[in-house]
Amino acid sequence: MSTLKLANANPGRKLFSTRFATIVVWTITFLWTVPTFGLFASSFRNKQEIFLSGWWHIFTNPHLTLSNYHAVIFGSSSSTLSDGVLPYLMNSIVITIPAVIFPVVVATMAAYCLAWVKFRGSDALFFFIFALQIVPIQMSLVPLLQLFTGGAHIGSITIIPKLGIAGHFAGIWLPHTMFALPLAIYLLHNFIASLPRDLMEAAYVDGANHFKVFRQIVLPLSVPAIAAFSIFQFLWVWNDLLVALTFASGTEEVAPINVKLASLVGQWGSGWETLTAGAFVTIAIPLIVFFSLQRFFVRGLLAGSVK
Amino acid sequence: MNSFFSTNLPKFEQILVAIAAFFAILMVVFYLAGKANGRKQRPIAILVLLGPAMVLLTAGLIVPAIQTILFSFKDANSIKFIGLHNYTWLIQNPDMQKVFVNTLLWIIITPFVTTALGLFLAIMLDRMKRESVAKSLLFMPMAISFVGASVIWKFVYDFAVPSKPQTGLLSAIVRAFGFKPSNWILTQPLNTFLLMIIFIWVQTGFAMVILSAAIKAVPADIVEASALDGAFGWKLFRNITFPMVRSTTIVVFATMLVTSLKLFDIVRTMTGGNFGTSVISNEMYAEVFVRFDQGRGSALAVILFVFVTPILVYNIRNLRRERSIA
Repeated sequence: MSTLKLANANPGRKLFSTRFATIVVWTITFLWTVPTFGLFASSFRNKQEIFLSGWWHIFTNPHLTLSNYHAVIFGSSSSTLSDGVLPYLMNSIVITIPAVIFPVVVATMAAYCLAWVKFRGSDALFFFIFALQIVPIQMSLVPLLQLFTGGAHIGSITIIPKLGIAGHFAGIWLPHTMFALPLAIYLLHNFIASLPRDLMEAAYVDGANHFKVFRQIVLPLSVPAIAAFSIFQFLWVWNDLLVALTFASGTEEVAPINVKLASLVGQWGSGWETLTAGAFVTIAIPLIVFFSLQRFFVRGLLAGSVK
Repeated sequence: MNSFFSTNLPKFEQILVAIAAFFAILMVVFYLAGKANGRKQRPIAILVLLGPAMVLLTAGLIVPAIQTILFSFKDANSIKFIGLHNYTWLIQNPDMQKVFVNTLLWIIITPFVTTALGLFLAIMLDRMKRESVAKSLLFMPMAISFVGASVIWKFVYDFAVPSKPQTGLLSAIVRAFGFKPSNWILTQPLNTFLLMIIFIWVQTGFAMVILSAAIKAVPADIVEASALDGAFGWKLFRNITFPMVRSTTIVVFATMLVTSLKLFDIVRTMTGGNFGTSVISNEMYAEVFVRFDQGRGSALAVILFVFVTPILVYNIRNLRRERSIA
């Protein structure tokens, strides 16, 4: 905030007049928000109204109802969501929490190792891991699914026994952890590599081993970067469709809410009024997470990457 | 409600057990590995810290990537080697040529628009009050899943026959101006551009946040000094601000390029790749999971890979240079 005040006090920094900038930004912001507001407004309208008139009629003819939310949360016999979305919402939470914690911890360890326990080829390895970001996830789906259901073999020798975790939560946590690692290691490495050298060297001189340095210096100091990546990973896992579609069956036991919603999107007409409320419930949680933690997001993401 | 708890409580037990086991194993390994001393200490530390990541990366990305390259030279069931047949089929098939053209349109238009708009907004935001509110609202679509976004945009692009009232925002606006709305999502090639708007809607906020932070990091005294020398407005931007944020702009542009190249969800949920809107990622998914042709799907993945590689090489060279300076 202080830099902002400084900039405002400084006429030389003016690229355009303040009033012009304000008008332009708010116009674009308005355009950006309208589609989401349309869904929000629709979720409070009943079935006939959604199909017979546009959502903007809510301003001239406000007939608000909570019936869609009631149907979504408690279920209703007339809609395609007979049991409500709560079981799927629970699945989403159960999938997301470990799928954020696991890659963050594994990546922080690896990033520290690559940045401070240097060895021959550690830089090359870092660039190689960075390069793995371009492997399209679609490439990995079938081989991974085969690994989970059949194990890995060379000829008749079993290298990895079949894990039997496809269709369980573990079968979703693991792919999310794998796919998150290249970006996580890259971002955390940028941050951890920029920690003060004196601090590390003082600890080594005092006889601390790498594990002690990792736990007592690196972890506490990396909290901004870890928080930023965690938010990113949370949004990514919560909003993911592809991994969940492949590794979770569509059942109430493991399928996340996004898979359930996606299966309803194609069926315009049947239960679309509940879909509006369902979509908003799905969106609400990442929005709450994002708005309450966005300070960390930008700060941590940029540390070490913008000069 | 009782049955709700009885079915969902075990799920939370699973999380607790998994997380507790994860940290317990980690602590035991750290403790044991910390006991080692002398010459063994370093190799053991490297193994413990880097090992888990390398195992996961190998199983999850490296081996599948190699397998995919092999599969791309094999038939639909990955049994017989058929040489370059998959590739020649993909290049000669007219539907696929359309897919390649679409992908090309995506990677030419969307990274440019998102980066330019993001930079423009970042500059404008720098000038105004209450910027955090506008910033949050602009970034908001980033937190919304593509499934959620496709429901949202359904209310924009929806079309009803002219005799009925229009429930889609776009149709209603077009009609308010006296034109006849058409069935947007079915109109080629307009529909591809309508899908691009959704992508731009989602990604611009991200570009804006990163670029805005870069602009704020430009030292105030440099700007002040050049202002004293008489640099204002456009001149100041072109000669001072833009050169200072150029490297960030390139990073954002490259990120957008890769994201648009890998684009899958928007096409999948909005049109399923029908009506001439398909792109490489979507075809890849369709070949493998809908038409069960592992060979062609893998060949598409390799083509995608080849497309991305130059961007990646460029990025790594950039990264190398920056690190050697730092």
